[in-house]
Amino acid sequence: MTGLWMTAKLDLAESFRARWFLVYSLVFGGALVLLLLSGLAESRVMGFSGLSRILIIYVQLCMAILPVFILLTTVRSVAGDREAGVIEYLLALPVSLSGWYWGKLTGRFVVVFAPVFLAMAAAAVFAALRGYGVPWTAFALNAVLLVSLIWCFLGIGILISSLTHSSDIAQGAAFVVWLTLLLFIDVILLGIMIREQIPAELVIGVSLMNPLQAFRVASMTIFDPALMLMGPSSHIILDALGVIGVQAYGIIYPVVLGSISAMIGYRVFRRGDLI
Amino acid sequence: MIHFEHVSKVFKKTPVLDDVNLDISPGERIALVGSNGAGKTTLIRCLLGEYVSDGTITVDGLSAREERKRVLQRIGFVPQLPPPLKMPVSDVIRFAAGTCDADPARMEAASATLGLDIPSVARQPFVKLSGGQKQKLLIGIALGRNCDVLIMDEPAANLDPDSRRAFFRLLSGLSPETVMLISSHRLDEVASLVNRVVELDRGKVVLDDRVADAVDLTGVLECVIELNRAEPALATSLTEWGFVDEGDGCRWRGSVPGPDRLRFLAMMSRYAGILSGLSLKEVRDEKGEAAQ
Repeated sequence: MTGLWMTAKLDLAESFRARWFLVYSLVFGGALVLLLLSGLAESRVMGFSGLSRILIIYVQLCMAILPVFILLTTVRSVAGDREAGVIEYLLALPVSLSGWYWGKLTGRFVVVFAPVFLAMAAAAVFAALRGYGVPWTAFALNAVLLVSLIWCFLGIGILISSLTHSSDIAQGAAFVVWLTLLLFIDVILLGIMIREQIPAELVIGVSLMNPLQAFRVASMTIFDPALMLMGPSSHIILDALGVIGVQAYGIIYPVVLGSISAMIGYRVFRRGDLI
Repeated sequence: MIHFEHVSKVFKKTPVLDDVNLDISPGERIALVGSNGAGKTTLIRCLLGEYVSDGTITVDGLSAREERKRVLQRIGFVPQLPPPLKMPVSDVIRFAAGTCDADPARMEAASATLGLDIPSVARQPFVKLSGGQKQKLLIGIALGRNCDVLIMDEPAANLDPDSRRAFFRLLSGLSPETVMLISSHRLDEVASLVNRVVELDRGKVVLDDRVADAVDLTGVLECVIELNRAEPALATSLTEWGFVDEGDGCRWRGSVPGPDRLRFLAMMSRYAGILSGLSLKEVRDEKGEAAQ
């Protein structure tokens, strides 16, 4: 446990000092400030108003930015450390491999989640202080969904890092993974598959396997339980699972996928050359 | 104590270590020499449990890979190239001391002995230190903890003469049972520190020899040099060694740490053509400090 905690602390301290972390925090903080400036109570767009409108835009923004950001920074961090000789030195100290691996993952989770959540929480507090209604249930559900999404992509990212020993290859692989998942959300390839009358079961299967799609559908049901704004495969998923089922799936599946990826990554990491 | 038994390592079908067998007993100080690509670093990384290999590597019966944490608790390591750690020096020390269950103050004291003032660099990122400062800190971390195996890759390469002297003094303070494995591509750099030489070539042990163990790590040689004419390049080198000019650049006086005698003579050999006199006389100082 000591090794895990110390590695996590080290990763946190390194990240807090890094310029990318400042930019990352500013992006999410700035996005929320802009959304707040655009008006909390005055606007009503497609049935959404106040903080719920801001949250829905913010969550979609997270879905667009977080996966690729997490994948690229995670693989760059681990594979880059390996190439630069950082791991050679740190792993010559008596820190357990499990402590180092899971500590790295824990540190990165906090680094990625903290700015996203704090910006969201600040917006909620601001709205509450201004006397606007805060949908706390939706807020909490979104926070849990973000935890799930972040953990999923951290798991995939660290798996890619374990499988590759070059940061260039790792970054390329991470980009391909992200692009593939992006293509298989319902506005793109899934829509085409339905138009081409591919069996609904296959479309649902492909759709459900995509953590981005699971997150997207689940987060939308929080504000739009009938998924009026979503694409065709989302409706099929909603019919099959129901609102609670979709939300539960959107939380559980990415966590499971991320955990399995991270565990496979750990087995690969533990068995092979560490550097 | 340390056993390498039929150790082989292949990278992309290229053998880097080829059936290496070595037994290292407590108190042995080994120079691991060989040209670039001979397999020195790979052998060290296998011992540190960072590479998986064929064969068996054990430290007092513990597998270097399977029980790496227990093995690494006994090993102090100084890499050849300092890692580009962006964290402040204080964090590096805290992390290393925390993992080794050691006292950070002891690591700081060892670094201070080498001439690195920790309070003045504590907040600086490690990567921003000079090459010599990084080396001093890494040596300080390795020597400021309890370990009975010391692995050093070109440890004194970036150190100035005063720091080298302090480094030798720190080494002399280690338990006589401590195993030292010093990797270098030049034997003259480390010859005086060791009592055994192992040479690797293309992954094989091609030489395994004991050497005379008469050099006192705290010994000092008083030296007087006379030259036919002044030579600016030599004057610069001698000044770096702490020598004092006693007459128009043609007569120099100073002291050389005992373990550095070969390295000093190797440097002087480049100026053999202008050398008219050279005397070296061993003196002992109870504190282990050389007279300047």
